[in-house]
Amino acid sequence: MSQEELKTKITELLPSAIFEESSEFLQLILDAPDLLPLMTELRSDTQTDFDYLFNLTCVDWKDHMMMVYHLFSKTLKHTLVVKAKISDREQPEIESLSEIWKTAELQEREVFDLFGVNFLHHPDLRRLFMEEDWKGFPLRKDYTDENMIQL
Amino acid sequence: MDMNPNNFPGQIIPASSGSNILVTKLDDAINWARSNSIWPLVFGTSCCAIEMMSAASARYDWSRFGFEVARASPRQADLIIVAGTIVFKMAPVLKRLYDQMPDPKYVIAMGACTVSGGPFFYNTYSVVKGVDHVIPVDVYIPGCPPRPEALLHGMISLQEKLKTEKNFK
Amino acid sequence: MLLGEDQITEDGEFVINIGPQHPSTHGVLHLKVWLDGETIKKVQPHLGYIHRSIEKMCESLSYRQFIFATSRMDYLSAHMNNTACALTVEKGLGIEATPRAKAIRILLSELTRLSSHQLWWGSIGLDLGAVTPFFHAFREREMINDILEETCGARLTQNFMVPGGVMTDLHPNFQKRTHEMLKNLKAKLHEYDDLLTGNVIFENRTKGVGVLSKEDAVSYGCTGPVARGSGVSCDVRKWFPYDGYEQLQFEEVLEEDGDCYARYMVRMREMKQSIHLIEQLIDNIPEGDFQTKTKNVLKLPKGEFYQRVETARGELGVYLVSDGASTPYRIHFRSPNFCNLSALNHMAKGGKIGDLVAIMATLDLVIPDVDR
Repeated sequence: MSQEELKTKITELLPSAIFEESSEFLQLILDAPDLLPLMTELRSDTQTDFDYLFNLTCVDWKDHMMMVYHLFSKTLKHTLVVKAKISDREQPEIESLSEIWKTAELQEREVFDLFGVNFLHHPDLRRLFMEEDWKGFPLRKDYTDENMIQL
Repeated sequence: MDMNPNNFPGQIIPASSGSNILVTKLDDAINWARSNSIWPLVFGTSCCAIEMMSAASARYDWSRFGFEVARASPRQADLIIVAGTIVFKMAPVLKRLYDQMPDPKYVIAMGACTVSGGPFFYNTYSVVKGVDHVIPVDVYIPGCPPRPEALLHGMISLQEKLKTEKNFK
Repeated sequence: MLLGEDQITEDGEFVINIGPQHPSTHGVLHLKVWLDGETIKKVQPHLGYIHRSIEKMCESLSYRQFIFATSRMDYLSAHMNNTACALTVEKGLGIEATPRAKAIRILLSELTRLSSHQLWWGSIGLDLGAVTPFFHAFREREMINDILEETCGARLTQNFMVPGGVMTDLHPNFQKRTHEMLKNLKAKLHEYDDLLTGNVIFENRTKGVGVLSKEDAVSYGCTGPVARGSGVSCDVRKWFPYDGYEQLQFEEVLEEDGDCYARYMVRMREMKQSIHLIEQLIDNIPEGDFQTKTKNVLKLPKGEFYQRVETARGELGVYLVSDGASTPYRIHFRSPNFCNLSALNHMAKGGKIGDLVAIMATLDLVIPDVDR
């Protein structure tokens, strides 16, 4: 499907979605509670058939956090970038996608470890890279540590 | 004249039983045997491990110098070559491995990351800035990664350091 | 609880630790294995023993400086990692490398892929108990290291790519030495098959072991030879070509079975494809500049950029968010080994510990790339 057809299809499924044209892929911004129904639909619908989630990460803009998902379809060969905005920076929460794509399990643990985002209904949410009793979330912009030697 | 030995100037050195020549020759023999057959432990965390593997293979063979057998268990090894960055999560594991090695044991710090934190010195929250914060080091080898010839030079320097040890008090 | 005895659910089950210091985990990987006798019930990887906070460090380095950190992530395909970073910055600036620089990039990347697959072949022999292939692999690999050292200055972490091209021109001896190396390698390639491929013990240990189906490979996000061994076509050089790969002729190697032997055969055939690619390009390098002129201090416009390349182990993606300053705001590396590792539990369930070693050997993991 071309970018225009994808846009119409997604606006059917979720009327409140906002589109951005700033990069080579079609980008879609929505709020965190709307994420899981849209993703389930995008995976199971044969017209979109996004079976390959190839990147899952988070960006910390200082007043909100943005989760970024890159989706690709191996059969229909189109790409989509879904960005979910989490407005509450003290207790960030979003639904887990590990039921739909199995690769999301380990990547969500990494985001929990480094940013502190809580994933609801995740099978095994624990810290991945840092020790179990580490305080703080290192990749946030306001993280301070006496071990870090600043240049 | 006062002939009381307690009032003589200077220090009195008591005569020994005349066995010093035997001890130094025995020292030489033991040090020669130890330095020519040091067995390293298989321990490499990141990129320097590849140069260590190259030093072990056919072109820069390290078994010409006696480091033939690389053991996997620390209970059977004499030398630990720390090749690669050490982070805070790995430091207790390294200390435990060092404690499990029997005496006499030696440590070579290979690569810039183990000498001082290396390229990961500034703005990192999880790297130990130099492995001598964890275990005592005998030889430091700089480089990122050091060439296999540099590693061999470090190991030969360790052999020379070994030859000056005293084993009997 | 260190060992996890509180999570044992059945009678007779016990937990053992493999690693972090172990001769066959290819780096520092800690695996907790739940066993019933010798059969594996669950494998749980514990990561973070080489987490060097590269993503945080890159936020304070300039756009020319952060490229060195990626050579230390997956150090066996250092040139491909550097190419990915340079291409992302070029995408942000809107410039393209010169044709000569593109040809040099492809040549160096394919030589690195060849050298990485040779080291993999040596270590799979070592893991399964054969010590001789290790020496054969390193003998050929040293010739490639010599060629790279003459041009780039270093044997392992070369850091040769810049946004706009390559750092300096090829050495005058490059073509002659590459021809000699290829002639030598083609004469010795049959030794690789003689030693391991047809060996009865090797076949028994790898055929039917660690099967990964096509749907599972896509769902777990596997790429590279791991997915191509299960029949998933995913070579980035064919799907999203970069740097001039669309003008070269090569095939994408696919196998259908999905077991360890299929992944082994994929890599052996890929080595021959790399040799074919080098032969097409070595005598036809275009003349010209090796670098497009750029400003000294690079500033990318506001926005996000994503670039993917095919490393020796799968698809590496660089996701760069810029807010107009001279350092990146956020960099994320989508590493191939991270997603390949997530399929380990699924593949190893029901097998024995010896099978676990064979699966880890054919997954070809480099742990600093998992931990970044």
